[in-house]
Amino acid sequence: MRPTHSELFLGFFKIGLSGFGGVLPHARRLLVDDRRWLTDRQFTELLGLGQTLPGPNVLNMAVVIGARGHGWRGSVLAGLGLMAAPLVIVLTLASLYGRFAHSARLAQVLAGVAAAAAGLVLATGGRLATKLDRDVGSLLMVLTSFLAVFWLRLPLLGMLVVLAPVSIGLGWHSLRRERLAGQDGERP
Amino acid sequence: MTTPSLTALFLRFSLFSLMAVGGATALIPEMHRQVVDLHGWMSTADFTALFAIAQAAPGPNVIFVSLIGWKLAGIPGALVCTLGMCLPAAVLAFAVGRIWDRFQHSPWRKAIERGLAPLTIGLVLGSGCLLARATSTHWQLGLVAAASAGLSFRSSQNPLWWLTGAALLGALGLLA
Repeated sequence: MRPTHSELFLGFFKIGLSGFGGVLPHARRLLVDDRRWLTDRQFTELLGLGQTLPGPNVLNMAVVIGARGHGWRGSVLAGLGLMAAPLVIVLTLASLYGRFAHSARLAQVLAGVAAAAAGLVLATGGRLATKLDRDVGSLLMVLTSFLAVFWLRLPLLGMLVVLAPVSIGLGWHSLRRERLAGQDGERP
Repeated sequence: MTTPSLTALFLRFSLFSLMAVGGATALIPEMHRQVVDLHGWMSTADFTALFAIAQAAPGPNVIFVSLIGWKLAGIPGALVCTLGMCLPAAVLAFAVGRIWDRFQHSPWRKAIERGLAPLTIGLVLGSGCLLARATSTHWQLGLVAAASAGLSFRSSQNPLWWLTGAALLGALGLLA
């Protein structure tokens, strides 16, 4: 089903308002179940694109979905729809925080939320990790990138320039091995 | 401390945009490295407070970037950093989106997807550990971070519950 301009904007407006700490699960519900703009398979395909390309995942998806119906205008509408409300809300919260920053109780509330939110990020990383292929190369890449940014605090750009080609090479190699194993059938 | 110009912010965040493999969350260690460690534009406490506000508001994770911009240069800073973070990635997505389907069975596309996934995971775990260390200034807060990590890893409840719970503990004065 192809959304109109206003449906596109309003759909992503709703997605932008829907989730806390990331909106991906809500995006799936609205795009696939509710509006039927995408099939489940198309959603998974687009998610792969959104996560593989750099930048905000959901925004990448919004841009591509918008473009499919309405070219660059569709992309702009979907992107603006996604970002408008969260931007206004978060800036309102920030200026309130600026006004009440001296309150010790508010500082405690915020410290609690920050700690819990840090936990959420850890859990996200953990969940992603459980879906990873368990080969030595992948685990080595997880460990190396983790240590590079957390422990050694290396610049991300340099790290990516070195590690991305290595990691893609390892991915290529493991795919090739799987293909060969598939051709030979079960091997001892 | 010298605050950066809007043009400098835009360029810096445009570069971030193209480095954000795995989305805005994966970028947190690099942003922290630059705005806190390297340039001293804000303290780690400011950084984590902004992160908490971003999580307490609905929306995609990238709004954390908007708050960093807000802290550095007010509303114009927020808009410029958000645009910088979104625009290059959006243009790239627009271009690649047209040809993505054509490469559905390409071994290169699969190799890139498979190769970038572990890097993303390492970066997100790095973000989580950096934030957990920065936010756990008392043992109570460390406990909150650990509990939230464990609960949201095991259950598929809306994570807003854990954030609300932590906010309540803070409001009751139990986190100092």
